[in-house]
Amino acid sequence: MQKQSKSKNDHTFSRIIKSLFKYYPVFFPLTLFCILFSSVVAAIPDIYIQKVIAIIEKYQAAGDWSAAKVEIMPKIVLLIVLYVIAILATLLYSQLMAYITQGFLYKLRCSMFNGMQNLPIRYFDTNKHGDIMSHYTNDIDTLRQLVSQALPAILRSGVIVLSVFFIMLYYSVWMTLLVVVGVIFMLIVSKKIGGGAAKYFIAQQQSIGRSEGFVQEMMNGQKVIKVFNHEAECEKDFEQINNELYHDNYKAHAYANTLAPIIMNIGNILYVIVAVVGGLLLLSGVKNVSFSGLAFGISIVVVFMNMTKQFTGNVNQLSQQINAIVMGMAGAKRIFKLMDEKPEDDEGYVTLVNADVAEDGTITEADKHTGKWAWKHPHGDGTTTYTLLEGDVRMFDVDFEYKKGKPVLHGVSVYAKPGEKIAFVGATGAGKTTITNLINRFYDIADGKIRYDGININKIKKSDLRQSLGIVLQETNLFTATVMENIRYGKLDATDEECREAARLAGADDFISRLPKGYDTLLTNNGSNLSQGQRQLIAIARAAVADPPVMILDEATSSIDTRTEAIVQRGMDKLMEGRTVFVIAHRLSTVMNSDVIMVLDHGRVIEQGDHKTLIEQKGTYYQLYTGAFELE
Amino acid sequence: MLKKLLSCVREYKKPTVLTLFFMLGEAGIETVIPFITANLVNQIKGGALISEVIKMGILLVVMALISLFFGGAAGFTSSKAAAGFAKNIRSDAFSKIQTYSFENIDKFSSSSLVTRMTTDVTNVQMAYMMIIRIAVRSPMMLIFSTVMAYVMGGALATAFVVAVPVLAFGLIMIGKKALPAFRRVFKKYDLLNESIEENVRAMRVVKGFSREDYEKEKFQKSADNIRRDFTFAERIVALNMPLMSLCMNFLMIFVLLVGSKMAISGMGQGIDVGQISAMITYGVQILMSLMMLSMIYVMVTMSVESAKRICEVLDETPALKNPEKRIYTVSDGSVDFENVSFKYSQSAEKNALSNINLHIKSGMTIGIVGGTGSSKSSLVQLIPRLYDVTEGCVKVGGIDVRNYDIEALRSQVAMVLQKNLLFSGTIKENLRWGKEDATDEEIIEACRLSQADEFISAFPEGYDTKIEQGGTNVSGGQKQRLCIARAMLKKPKILILDDSTSAVDTKTDALIRKGFKEYIPQTTKIIIAQRIASIQESDLIIVMNNGAIADMGTHDELLSRSDIYREVYTQQTNGGNDDAKTK
Repeated sequence: MQKQSKSKNDHTFSRIIKSLFKYYPVFFPLTLFCILFSSVVAAIPDIYIQKVIAIIEKYQAAGDWSAAKVEIMPKIVLLIVLYVIAILATLLYSQLMAYITQGFLYKLRCSMFNGMQNLPIRYFDTNKHGDIMSHYTNDIDTLRQLVSQALPAILRSGVIVLSVFFIMLYYSVWMTLLVVVGVIFMLIVSKKIGGGAAKYFIAQQQSIGRSEGFVQEMMNGQKVIKVFNHEAECEKDFEQINNELYHDNYKAHAYANTLAPIIMNIGNILYVIVAVVGGLLLLSGVKNVSFSGLAFGISIVVVFMNMTKQFTGNVNQLSQQINAIVMGMAGAKRIFKLMDEKPEDDEGYVTLVNADVAEDGTITEADKHTGKWAWKHPHGDGTTTYTLLEGDVRMFDVDFEYKKGKPVLHGVSVYAKPGEKIAFVGATGAGKTTITNLINRFYDIADGKIRYDGININKIKKSDLRQSLGIVLQETNLFTATVMENIRYGKLDATDEECREAARLAGADDFISRLPKGYDTLLTNNGSNLSQGQRQLIAIARAAVADPPVMILDEATSSIDTRTEAIVQRGMDKLMEGRTVFVIAHRLSTVMNSDVIMVLDHGRVIEQGDHKTLIEQKGTYYQLYTGAFELE
Repeated sequence: MLKKLLSCVREYKKPTVLTLFFMLGEAGIETVIPFITANLVNQIKGGALISEVIKMGILLVVMALISLFFGGAAGFTSSKAAAGFAKNIRSDAFSKIQTYSFENIDKFSSSSLVTRMTTDVTNVQMAYMMIIRIAVRSPMMLIFSTVMAYVMGGALATAFVVAVPVLAFGLIMIGKKALPAFRRVFKKYDLLNESIEENVRAMRVVKGFSREDYEKEKFQKSADNIRRDFTFAERIVALNMPLMSLCMNFLMIFVLLVGSKMAISGMGQGIDVGQISAMITYGVQILMSLMMLSMIYVMVTMSVESAKRICEVLDETPALKNPEKRIYTVSDGSVDFENVSFKYSQSAEKNALSNINLHIKSGMTIGIVGGTGSSKSSLVQLIPRLYDVTEGCVKVGGIDVRNYDIEALRSQVAMVLQKNLLFSGTIKENLRWGKEDATDEEIIEACRLSQADEFISAFPEGYDTKIEQGGTNVSGGQKQRLCIARAMLKKPKILILDDSTSAVDTKTDALIRKGFKEYIPQTTKIIIAQRIASIQESDLIIVMNNGAIADMGTHDELLSRSDIYREVYTQQTNGGNDDAKTK
């Protein structure tokens, strides 16, 4: 199990690297090269220190600087040249890395967002919005950390450790062994402590979740708390949750905070041991084993001391990055998962086109807006037929289930002729909204058939089908933009005048004109500066400007008070004129004048007919109407 | 501001001070180690006795062990201090919020309070930890190392005179440029995320209008904008690395060149190999300390915003205060409004209520109707003193509500809020909010009267059914009935229902009202409703319009004389909810 998850991690990692190569085929390898180069150069001074000290040893007794100068100067000059190049390489890679990281994140964000636009509604219905959002916030942030900092740091430290290791071998195998043993000990200790930290970090994460959940609930319910004098109890509950959080918080950080000083001081001890052992080796005259063939000298001991510092310092760096890597990988995995989510499939090929209708009724495609639309239906035999868009929607024996084995609709048939108003009535969960979800193909039916103007809706391109259907939902969603732009959302090329006209139709023009900046008033935060009724009116105007032949009104007036409803209702009535309308309403007053009222119960149509017929039947509708049943 | 926040350290002063002490010790030892090592190196070079070398080695190992102890201990104490500090801030903020009146709560939105209690506190905690760990250690390292370098290296230490100011200046410049750039970017970043959230929330609208491509384009534009700004900010910070390398490399070359000259021409007097090696170590320590300081400077400035937001919560003065001399008993359920005017905040232009005069006798049933914005809720919220009047006075039991102990008053005035809530926990636990020690029988009785018993009993776990956060697993009507039961358990002298039966059908609604009559006949009942049917039989019906009482009287009286009342009534009877038929 663990192995499997590990291989998955490898997969995520290689995918990140591959994408980086793909997006930046020149810059990314160049960056890597610069990192490599500058890290190798960072290890080189060790060699020079050794050489310079050797020279000092040689000439010190005589105190002859001018002779030493001749030997030292060329080495120093070469070192300066290397340094200059290394600094330039560092400058280049750090700038490139900033550029690449942000570009990479930009591309990830875009492909994530673009992919998300193509996901079926089911995805949004089954995933919490907070969870979806965290892909764009937490996960992207951890990935930023990973790519911009952890990745170069690891590469750099890794290369330095390796280079130093080889330089060590070059000077002395015995001393190298000593350092390696020390470092292995260091790694064991850091793994032990790191494991403890990880355990508490998980516990901390859970405590944070718990406390945030509690705080959120209490802040939302603060007014209820006041009304019930419940402050003291809440404080008591919070005290406990807060204490638990403190405990886990403290432990997690304590482990993480001790790791660095412990590793650093093990490094210090190692440094001392290297000095002492080096001194002992030197003084006792043991024979050196090395690739360079150099004998022990003070120059080698000093250089080993410096290399030990460098070695342990970089191992420390590596261990510091582990957290960032683990978190970054988890974030990347979630991001890739969202990107790999299966998009809404659309095999439709019937499209909506502007149409000219000749006097004899033949329809031809027009290249400009004519006010008339037709379905362009290419057939297998190469011919194309045109059907005028009228808004005739029929469902035949439709079955549907959201979850396998839990049917929501059973054999539902609905016939809506152009211009008719069809109402759905029933308790929550009876399947009213589900039916409308099927007509615009937010979900696909399990069995049966739905035809729009006689065409099976599965053959219609989804975007064209949805263009021909307008929806106004109970929950109004407006965008951060001006009122005008919000209305124009219904028809992107609508002129200002068209938008105003739509607003007038909806009965929204009146209040919009009275807003401080009229149609240019900026709406923010889902139009929080407007009342519920006003928001709904804008949503109606938005649907009106699209001017679709079929409208779906789902509980559009249920959260508005009776008086405001009267105004909204007038807007709705205007909007409904001359269109096929599917209406779902909480208040029966809204549906009474429908051509057909369908009473749904547990996914079945149990009664249908107009208001008068249904009242005469004295069935469920009658009971609902008289208030004997609860409508929820 | 800082003082207020720092007062939250309290019992964690000890670990804080200990951390500073440990860090100081660690810094001290770390700077002494290279000094001693330098001597060791020189001794080895000079061919000292093995016993001398071992003695010095042991001394050094012991010092490293002490330093390890200091470092490790500081790890614990600093975590404890910071976590404790955060705990105290959270606790103080939470308690403070509990003292808020409705006016204070309205001022902050609940989501902003949540952010302040979570993210902001975490930011402050991290900053605090950084400060106590590094803000002392790094300057100390800087000073100790420089002093030691001078003591040991003399002229060699002049290298630092060049490198340190260059690095410091560079870091300051980078910080100065980077900070505002990052602030700007983060603001834009928030906006981007808000727009994503908007998109996710409105997905049905997006898809309904097939605006996927439009949304993609819009997103791409703002994402590209963010990318540019972010890259700019990151590139400034990226200058840190090469700058650091530059200073480091300069030091290296200076020490090697000048050091070797001094060592050779001085023939090992004063400067020797050991000193050269130590100077390099000191150089690294000094430059690293500078780097750390610049890092915490950035971090601390970033967390200042968070600290400010938390202080706003802590500094807020509750709008309502208990009076000095308090009355603890409410004699009866009579309510009087005398020339009451009210506005939500002092800066508000318009009164929410003006010149209200109203006298309700104990035990009466009062109905209130009126359109949205007619201030029905504002009116009733003055009774349990959720807000204070701006002018005039509200009396309960003949005494000004401002003279009561707030808790005593509210325990006698139960209110079911319009935006009502259940909390996560079992149904029973939720109901006990009304009466902590309510017996099972009492709870069941209240539920039976509020017409909730039937559906509760239908749940497999009955009264022990868990309510999800926000009460999402019960329907709107069920929630309302539970909230009414919760309020009824208080057996209050006054019961206020603010549009609390809107999702309940008319028949159940009538049964609930019947329940009130039987269970709490002495209680004054004030009912706000959209449906005329819910208040039709009240002893007195108040019609609100634009923050004033437009009319009051019985149903029949109002029907004959109030236009507003008649309009609503006609609309409803012509509509579906024909109440006459329920009788």
